[in-house]
Amino acid sequence: MGKWTRRAFIGAGVVAGGGLLVGVAIRPGNRSAELSKYVVDSGETMLHTWLKLGSDNVVTAIAPHSEMGQGAGTALAQMLADELDADWNLVRFEEAPALAGFANYSMGQAILIPDTEVPDFVMPSVDGALIKTAQALDLQITGGSLSVRSTGTYGMRVAGAAVKEMLREAASRAWDVPVSEIVARNSYLEHKASGRSEPYAAFAAAASEITPPVSPTLKTVDQFNIMGRHVQRHDLPAKVDGSATFALDVRLPGMLYATIKRAPTFTGVVEKLDDSASRGIKGVVDVVKLSTEEVSSMFGNFTFAESVAVVAEGYWPAKKGLDALNIQWSRTDNDEVTSDSIFKQFERDIDAAVERGSDVLQGDVSAAMASAATVIGADYQVPYLAHTCMEPMNATAVVKDGKCELWVGCQNPLGFRKSVADALGFDADDVTLHNCLMGGGFGRKSRPDYAIQAAQIAAKVGRPVQLIWTREEDVQQDYYRPAIMSRFRAGLDDQGNVTAWENTYVDKHDPYEASIIPYSVPAQDIGHVSSPTHIPFGAWRSVAHSHQGFFTESFIDEVATTAGQDPFEYRAARLQHKPRELAVLKMAAEKANWSKPLAAGRGRGIALQTSFGSVVAEVVEVTVSDGNLSVDRVVAVIDTGFAVSPDGVKAQVESGIVYGLTAALYGEISIANGAIEQSNFHDYSSLRMSEAPEIETHIINSGATIGGAGEPGTPPIAPALANAIFNATGSRIRQLPIPNRLS
Amino acid sequence: MTTIIVNGMEQRLDVDPSTPLLWVLREDLELTGTKFGCGMAQCGACTVHVAGNPIRSCVTPVAAVAGQEITTIEGLATGPDQLHPLQQAWIDEQVPQCGYCQSGQLMSAAALLATNPQPSDDDIDNAMAGNICRCGMYGRIRKAIKSVTAAGVQKFDPAVDALVKEVTGG
Repeated sequence: MGKWTRRAFIGAGVVAGGGLLVGVAIRPGNRSAELSKYVVDSGETMLHTWLKLGSDNVVTAIAPHSEMGQGAGTALAQMLADELDADWNLVRFEEAPALAGFANYSMGQAILIPDTEVPDFVMPSVDGALIKTAQALDLQITGGSLSVRSTGTYGMRVAGAAVKEMLREAASRAWDVPVSEIVARNSYLEHKASGRSEPYAAFAAAASEITPPVSPTLKTVDQFNIMGRHVQRHDLPAKVDGSATFALDVRLPGMLYATIKRAPTFTGVVEKLDDSASRGIKGVVDVVKLSTEEVSSMFGNFTFAESVAVVAEGYWPAKKGLDALNIQWSRTDNDEVTSDSIFKQFERDIDAAVERGSDVLQGDVSAAMASAATVIGADYQVPYLAHTCMEPMNATAVVKDGKCELWVGCQNPLGFRKSVADALGFDADDVTLHNCLMGGGFGRKSRPDYAIQAAQIAAKVGRPVQLIWTREEDVQQDYYRPAIMSRFRAGLDDQGNVTAWENTYVDKHDPYEASIIPYSVPAQDIGHVSSPTHIPFGAWRSVAHSHQGFFTESFIDEVATTAGQDPFEYRAARLQHKPRELAVLKMAAEKANWSKPLAAGRGRGIALQTSFGSVVAEVVEVTVSDGNLSVDRVVAVIDTGFAVSPDGVKAQVESGIVYGLTAALYGEISIANGAIEQSNFHDYSSLRMSEAPEIETHIINSGATIGGAGEPGTPPIAPALANAIFNATGSRIRQLPIPNRLS
Repeated sequence: MTTIIVNGMEQRLDVDPSTPLLWVLREDLELTGTKFGCGMAQCGACTVHVAGNPIRSCVTPVAAVAGQEITTIEGLATGPDQLHPLQQAWIDEQVPQCGYCQSGQLMSAAALLATNPQPSDDDIDNAMAGNICRCGMYGRIRKAIKSVTAAGVQKFDPAVDALVKEVTGG
C-alpha cells in the first residue's frame, strides 16, 4: 500500500439504535508551500468514506461517487465488506449526499500530499486547472476512472479493516479473551475455545468507545474473499421494473416543466425575441430569457451563452412553445466557421509550430531522421464528438426564501452546488443538491450549465421547475470531445527498426501522458501547438486517450507495415521494458488466434493503450465485402492490477468498446456557420444491436496498483478497427469516422 | 376527455389530444419508468405496448390510442412478486449499466417473445433495431433474450402438464 495510512484519520461514534459509525478522513498535512494556498484551513480533515453498522447487523458503505452506469458502488462495497469480513448479503451501499463533509478528496488528496502515490494523469495538473478544485472544498468527482482505484483503495478498505479491528477488540474485552483468539467471519465474531459467537452489531456500541487503529492491517490478495468475486450489482432490480429514479423522474407538487434553446453559435445573444405565439399556446406559463453565464469551476472558468426557455404545465406545451418562438440571434465573429476552416486552421498552426510545447524529447530526432533508411509521414484527424447520454440533460429546482433545492444527475455534486449557488448569488450552504441516478454521464455531466439554467428559471417563475433539454439541444450544446489533428514522421533503419518518432498535434488535453508511446524508440520528439476554436470542449470517455490512442496506435501500425513486419510482433519487440503492456498484448494476440490466417476480405487489427492506470489491448476482426464493413469480433484484454468486480470490469470494457466503436463508425459533429449541424440520433447515429460485434474480454490480475475500468476500454478500439480494415483492404484510415463505403 | 387503459386500469384524461402518450404516462399518470430519449422515434427508450404491439410513445399522440390497452414497464411483471422472465434474465445476465434505456429494451424484447418465442439472431436484431443503448450492452441483451427462449424450450409448464395428464388419463 501507499504512504497514506500515516496521515489517514479514523473517527468513530455511536448512531441511533446503538449502531456504529466510522469515518475515514485524510489529513492534508505536510503540504508543500506552493500547494498550501489552495487549502482553506490547515487543520481541516477530509472526510472520505463512511461505514455504518446498524443494530440489525447490516453494514452500509457510504462514499462520494455518483452512479452513471458503471456500478462503482458495488465494487466499493465489495472492498469494504472484504476487509471487514462481512456477510455480503448484509452489505448495502449509499451514495454520500452533496455536503462538504463528504467531499471526495481522493483526487485532491493525491495532489495535496506530495509524497502519496499520485496517479500519473493528475501529476502535470498540479500547477494546472485541477489543483484549483481543492481550494473551495468542491471536489466530488466521478471521473478519471477513479472510484475503485482511489476511494476504494484509500477509503473503503481502510474503513473495513479498521472497524474489524475495533470489533475484535470490543469482543476481546467483553469475553475477556485475547484478541488474537477472536475470528471475524461473515459478520460474526467467534471465539473457538469457548464456542462463543455473536453478530458484529452486538459490539457496535462497545466498539465506538475504542480508539480506532491508526494503521489497520489490510488483507493481501490471497486473503481476499469478496474482492475479485463475481457479485450481482445492487442497483439492477430497480432498473428492470421502471422503479429506478433518474433525475428526469423527479416529481414535485405544483411542478412546471421547461425546455430551452441556447445561442447556436455559443457566443451569440438574443437580438430580437417574439414570443407571442408561444405564450398563446395552452399550458404555456412563461417565456424566460437567461443571460450569458460565467462559471468558475474545477475545469477552469467557462462561459455559456444566452438562452430562452419556455415554461409550461407539461413538457409537451413547453416544447410546442419552444418551436413557436421567433428568436433572432446576434451575429458573432464565428458565424463563418466550418469544420473545414477549423481543420485548415489546425494544419496551418501545425505547419507554423509556433510556441510548440513538448511532451517528450529524447535523443536527436533530426540526426536520426537524417540517417534513416526510410522516413514516412502521415496526418491524422478526428472530429468533434457529442456524448449523447441516453437521458437528456435535465434538472429540477425549487428556489424559495433565499434557498435552493436541486435534483440533478451529475458527476460532481459539490461542484454543481457551488456553481448553482454562485449563479444565484447564494452561499453554497443555501443550496441543497440531491444527486439522482444518471442515465449515462461519459464526462458530459461534469459541467453544471444545465443545473444553473434550471435554478435560474425556477427563481424567475417562483415555482418548482423541471428543465428538460430536447435531444436537439443536447447534441448542439455539448462540451464536445475536441476535434484534433496530429502529424507524424518516423525514421526506420535498413532493418526496419524505428529509430525516430516525431509527432506534433493540436491541442493539448488531459491526461498529459495520452500522447506518449510505450514503445522503445531511441529518438522521440512529441509535442503540441495551440489552436483554439470557439467550439466548447470537455471530458469525453477516456478524454485525450480517445484520440491519441487512435493516432499513435495507427501510426505504429504504419511503421510496422513499412518495415514489412507483423504489427503484433513489431509492437511486442519494442515492449521488452514494459512487462505489463507486453503481457496484455501477447494475451490479446493469443486469445484472438492472431497468427491464424483469415479468408480474403477479412482482416484483423491490434492496438494497445494504457490509460487511467490500466493496460488494454484489443484485437478486432472485420469483413469488408463490396465496400461494406462488418465488425465481427473484438477480443479485449485488460490489466487493472486487480479486478475487484470482474464482471463489472468486463461490462465496463464491453461498454467502452461499443462507445468507441460508435464514434469510430459514425461519430461526427460537424460545424457550419459556427454552429453544430447534427441534431438527433438520425444524423448522429449510435451503434445498434445488429452492428454490435461479439466481445470477449479477458482479465489479467497483475498485482499492479489498481487501475480504472470505466474508460480504458475505449482508446484501443478505433485504431484496432482501422488497422483491421487496412489488413483486409490495404487502405489506411487516417480520419474518423470511417467512411460509409470503403475502397 | 380521452380514455386509455394502462396496465389494466382505465384512465380518463383531460389533455391536449396531440400530446404524445409518453408525456401523458410520465406527467399525468406519473408512470416514469417509460423514458424520454429523442422525441423522434429514433432511440426506443419510450417503447410501450399498445394492444401488445411495441410502439414509440414519444411520437404517438394520446388520441391515437384512445380506448386501447397499454402496457408500460410498470405493468410488465406477471404478478406483484413475479418478474417477467425477461426482467429476471436481465438481472441474471447483469444487463443494465446506467439502466435508462432498459425499460424500452425490455418492452421491445417482451413484444418479440410474445409473438415469436424462439427468435433467431436476425429476428432479435430486427425486433431490437429501434432501441439504442449508449452503455453498449447489446451482447448482454442478446444473451438475456436467448436465455429466456432456451428456458422456454426446456421448461414444461406444470399447468399444461396437469392438463395433459387429465386429458390423456395418464
